[in-house]
Amino acid sequence: MSKAMIKQYAVRLGDDALVQGHRLSQWCSKGPFLEEDLALTNVSLDFIGRARMFYSYAAQLEGGDVTEDWYAYQRDCRDFTNLLIHELPTGDFAFTMARQYLMDEFGLAFMQCLESSSDETLAAIAAKAVKESRYHLRRSREWMLRLGDGTEESHNRLQTAVDDLWDYTAELFELDELEQGLANDGIAVDTIALKSNWGMAVGALLGEAAIDIPQTDRAICGGRQGMHTEHLGHMLSDLQFMQRAYPGQEW
Amino acid sequence: MIAGVQSTDRIPVLPIEEYQRRQRRADSTCAQLWDALDAVKDPEIPVISIWELGVLQDIALYEGLVLVTITPTYSGCPAMEVIAEDIVSALKQLGYSNVEIATRLAPAWSTSWIMDEAQEALREYGIAPPGQGSGGDLVEVCCPQCASSNVHSISEFGSTACKALYKCDDCSEPFDRFKPI
Repeated sequence: MSKAMIKQYAVRLGDDALVQGHRLSQWCSKGPFLEEDLALTNVSLDFIGRARMFYSYAAQLEGGDVTEDWYAYQRDCRDFTNLLIHELPTGDFAFTMARQYLMDEFGLAFMQCLESSSDETLAAIAAKAVKESRYHLRRSREWMLRLGDGTEESHNRLQTAVDDLWDYTAELFELDELEQGLANDGIAVDTIALKSNWGMAVGALLGEAAIDIPQTDRAICGGRQGMHTEHLGHMLSDLQFMQRAYPGQEW
Repeated sequence: MIAGVQSTDRIPVLPIEEYQRRQRRADSTCAQLWDALDAVKDPEIPVISIWELGVLQDIALYEGLVLVTITPTYSGCPAMEVIAEDIVSALKQLGYSNVEIATRLAPAWSTSWIMDEAQEALREYGIAPPGQGSGGDLVEVCCPQCASSNVHSISEFGSTACKALYKCDDCSEPFDRFKPI
């Protein structure tokens, strides 16, 4: 496999982590209570740290002057290749936790597979991520149960969130040519193989939380090809503002 | 006898990578540099050094260049930047101005690398230590103030990435717990 392909894969995973981390960071000082504010921003930090590791690796493969910051701050919307589910706005707390849960359930299994990647750096980043993801999942599972099985208000909000998110989950289990090729070589994760376990785990938890599994066959995809929802551009205009206004600015 | 391995009542079952780390220090030809970096503490927990924490992995000296290898605790831990700066300034005081910091990701840092003395120091500082468990194991948590195990979790996440919030139901003190990973 060529370096360029592994680089592209590392950028995808970095984009997922950065966009997810940034969305969580937008809760800073707005959490429902202090401990939860801290939890949201702590998890955010884990993802931003993960993004730095993937981007640093991509920059190393790219060579030249490219740095981790370049990937985060200097690329435009169409260059971002994150899964669309990450870029949806924070919504209410139920929406944020539902997304977090669906992605934690996926993310832990994903990182456990990536841990045995034949690419040493990807495997090392994943090994680190697995340890953190266990905590993330434990917390988001608890919130799903608490909200789903809570008041009528919390239940309805969670059901709406799951309904709104569901069509975006199909994309988690899509493999394009790049990822299929890398997966065949034992570098990338074959996410199609994760689908049935994910479906079972999520189904069981939603059942326990008294949330109906949405019945839909829509699949909203395109993130890996740089085709985004309207939300990513707005998010980037915020995230990238300083580097756009003052290119190369350092603290 | 390797530094830090105690032959007490419990057989020291160290993870292999932690054993190797202690071996590297014991076999090092630049012991004075390791000793100097004992003064570098975790900025968030100033009672334990980066050596005791398991962050300091290796030191190599090449004709004027000191290469220090560290392993980050959490992916996004902002303390790592401060630790790197503190290493550079500690070595500068010894007259080494050419210092490079390398980050090693694998094997991933684990709280089981935190040395026994440091676990005790954490407790005295008011933080419940992680113990030898890892990967979110449910190890019994005791209040660092009154040693009661009658405690409950307030939040999985606390004041820093590495800590969770607990409260003691006997002495009513809230406290941080170092999460086992």
